[in-house]
Amino acid sequence: MLQRLRENKSAQGTLLALPTTLWLFVLLIIPLILTLVVSFGKRSPDGDVIYTFTFDNYVRLVGYSTDCPDGQTSCFDPLYVNILRRSLSLAFNTTVIVILLAYPLAYFIARAHPKRRNLFLFLVLIPLWTNFVIRVYAWMMLLRKEGAINIVIGWLANLLNIPFTPLEMLYTPGAVLVGMVYEFLPFMILPIFTSLEKIDNSLYEAAADLGANAFRTFLRVTLPLSMPGVVAGTILVFIPVMGTFVVSDILGGRQVILVGNLIQRQFLDARDPTFGSAAALILMVMTLIVTYFYTRKFGFGEEIVPA
Amino acid sequence: MASEFAVELRDVVKRFITPEGNEIAAVDHVTMQIKNGEFFSMLGSSGCGKTTSLRMIAGFEWPSEGEVYIEGRAMGHTPPYQRKVNTVFQNYALFQHMTVYQNVAFGLEMEGASPDEIKKRVARALEMVQLTGMERRRPRQLSGGQQQRVAVARALVKTPDVLLLDEPLGALDLKLRKEMQLELKALQQQLGITFIYVTHDQEEALTMSDRIAVMSNGQVRQMGTPVEIYERPTNKFVADFIGESNFLEGRIKSISAKEASVFIPALNTEVKGMPMSQGLVNGEEVVVSIRPEKVRIAEKAARGEGLFKGRVLTSVYIGSDTHVYLDVRGVRIKVMEQNRISRLDPSSFYVKDQEVTILLMPENTLVLKKD
Repeated sequence: MLQRLRENKSAQGTLLALPTTLWLFVLLIIPLILTLVVSFGKRSPDGDVIYTFTFDNYVRLVGYSTDCPDGQTSCFDPLYVNILRRSLSLAFNTTVIVILLAYPLAYFIARAHPKRRNLFLFLVLIPLWTNFVIRVYAWMMLLRKEGAINIVIGWLANLLNIPFTPLEMLYTPGAVLVGMVYEFLPFMILPIFTSLEKIDNSLYEAAADLGANAFRTFLRVTLPLSMPGVVAGTILVFIPVMGTFVVSDILGGRQVILVGNLIQRQFLDARDPTFGSAAALILMVMTLIVTYFYTRKFGFGEEIVPA
Repeated sequence: MASEFAVELRDVVKRFITPEGNEIAAVDHVTMQIKNGEFFSMLGSSGCGKTTSLRMIAGFEWPSEGEVYIEGRAMGHTPPYQRKVNTVFQNYALFQHMTVYQNVAFGLEMEGASPDEIKKRVARALEMVQLTGMERRRPRQLSGGQQQRVAVARALVKTPDVLLLDEPLGALDLKLRKEMQLELKALQQQLGITFIYVTHDQEEALTMSDRIAVMSNGQVRQMGTPVEIYERPTNKFVADFIGESNFLEGRIKSISAKEASVFIPALNTEVKGMPMSQGLVNGEEVVVSIRPEKVRIAEKAARGEGLFKGRVLTSVYIGSDTHVYLDVRGVRIKVMEQNRISRLDPSSFYVKDQEVTILLMPENTLVLKKD
């Protein structure tokens, strides 16, 4: 039997893929099906799921209702649509800012002396050794009214005799954005670094040899060859930002509610898993659509392999 | 075209700091003049300074001392993109994210050529290297030889004064390499552009070059035509590095303008009328270089001038030639004989311990300074 397996390449492949397939089936496919089933259900008054087949949860998400207060036949409540839109635009803004911050840093690390390169990469990774939630709390210490940033500015203002009232930074959309950028920066730096590092030095020399100065070399050679890293980083940043609720929970308070918060609250506070499931599925579909169009335009980042 | 020389290196030194912190001179006081339209090779083993010299001409490195001139103009710290030279890189350095056409067009776009002109010149360059029809392929979809041609076209399309080639054929298999050698040489003659070619392959250098600079340890050991380099090496290093040589030690007994008589203790004879390199004096300890293919194994046991008895140590048949290793009065001598006659009979080959006589013509030897 072992002998036959040795000769059968496709059986070998199946066998090797089996553990992961089982894992994904039990922990991804089945829960996903359960979520789908629940999302078509109804909440009982005491918070249980009544299994029926109704689109009520989805209709509620979209915001159209026939049960209107002032006697109209239909009305529109943009509450949840706005939450979805806010999540989308926050994920978009975070990704753009992260790219703009990560690229120069990754470039710098990739061009640094090999001895120092590992130290820099190590510094990028160090924050990841601390718990995610603790890192977000650290930002709370920095941003709040009596926080480090206000203390420093206040001290400076005092020194220069300028009147100063502490800034309200915490519990604003800006605080959430800062937190998100901070949390996900390493996930952009690393793939961009990897693709920049793979670019052979002779390609820069070839570009210079053919008449391109540093700027044009960057635009025509460096940037296109490092796009796979940017694409991979974008996927690694955009998708989690869409779903995270910790950052907005801690730094946004009640002011900034994202899809992640919405879903979390439906399951824990409101005890309405049916509506939570519907929101989770809508989030997933939205993310898939954005990723689909993005990767169709830029590929998955594997297309360009240096010789 | 102000200068008679396309490229000139004047007393150029390039120092690097090794990872251990030591300073080494990769190029150590090199002076060379490369004429317009010349096919010039820098030949040497790795670390001899040939690639560093080429990179200083291209502008990727700047000399620590001395100066590089291109068309009579001192280059100083002129960046590569402002020099009228182009490079064919060792690993081709093609842009994988561009098509063949885009690769070749890149240099013209940087010049700001018009789209019409770019189209025309790219087409001509690709035709020159026989790649017409491959415009839309990516470099990865091409064979090694084709990628090499793209690299040549990409550099030549800029009509440089000088084309620099850094071991461009190193990655190709032997047969293709030989084809490309002849093709590059033909291309150079057809275009009349100066080629500066870096290689560690002596046969390649001899095949293609008008002149060769043999380098070692950052210095030029000899510069000359292939014939000069092979037939009249000026020192033992070059005689040993180019081709093969038997070296016999001896002492000059008498000397004229161009010839020397040398007593060779190992053979216990004085050989008269041997050509010699410059700068030797009477009584000097020297080495006599004898090329294996210039020694004859005599048909019959004879006696006379230049004849020595020997014993076969081993005989190696390599197809076109037979290499015979002989013991001549305790000295090991290698002889190369061409297999000019087709034969199968084992008895027609030399066998171990066979007694033979070799004929050493003085004019086929060379007296050199002892290193």
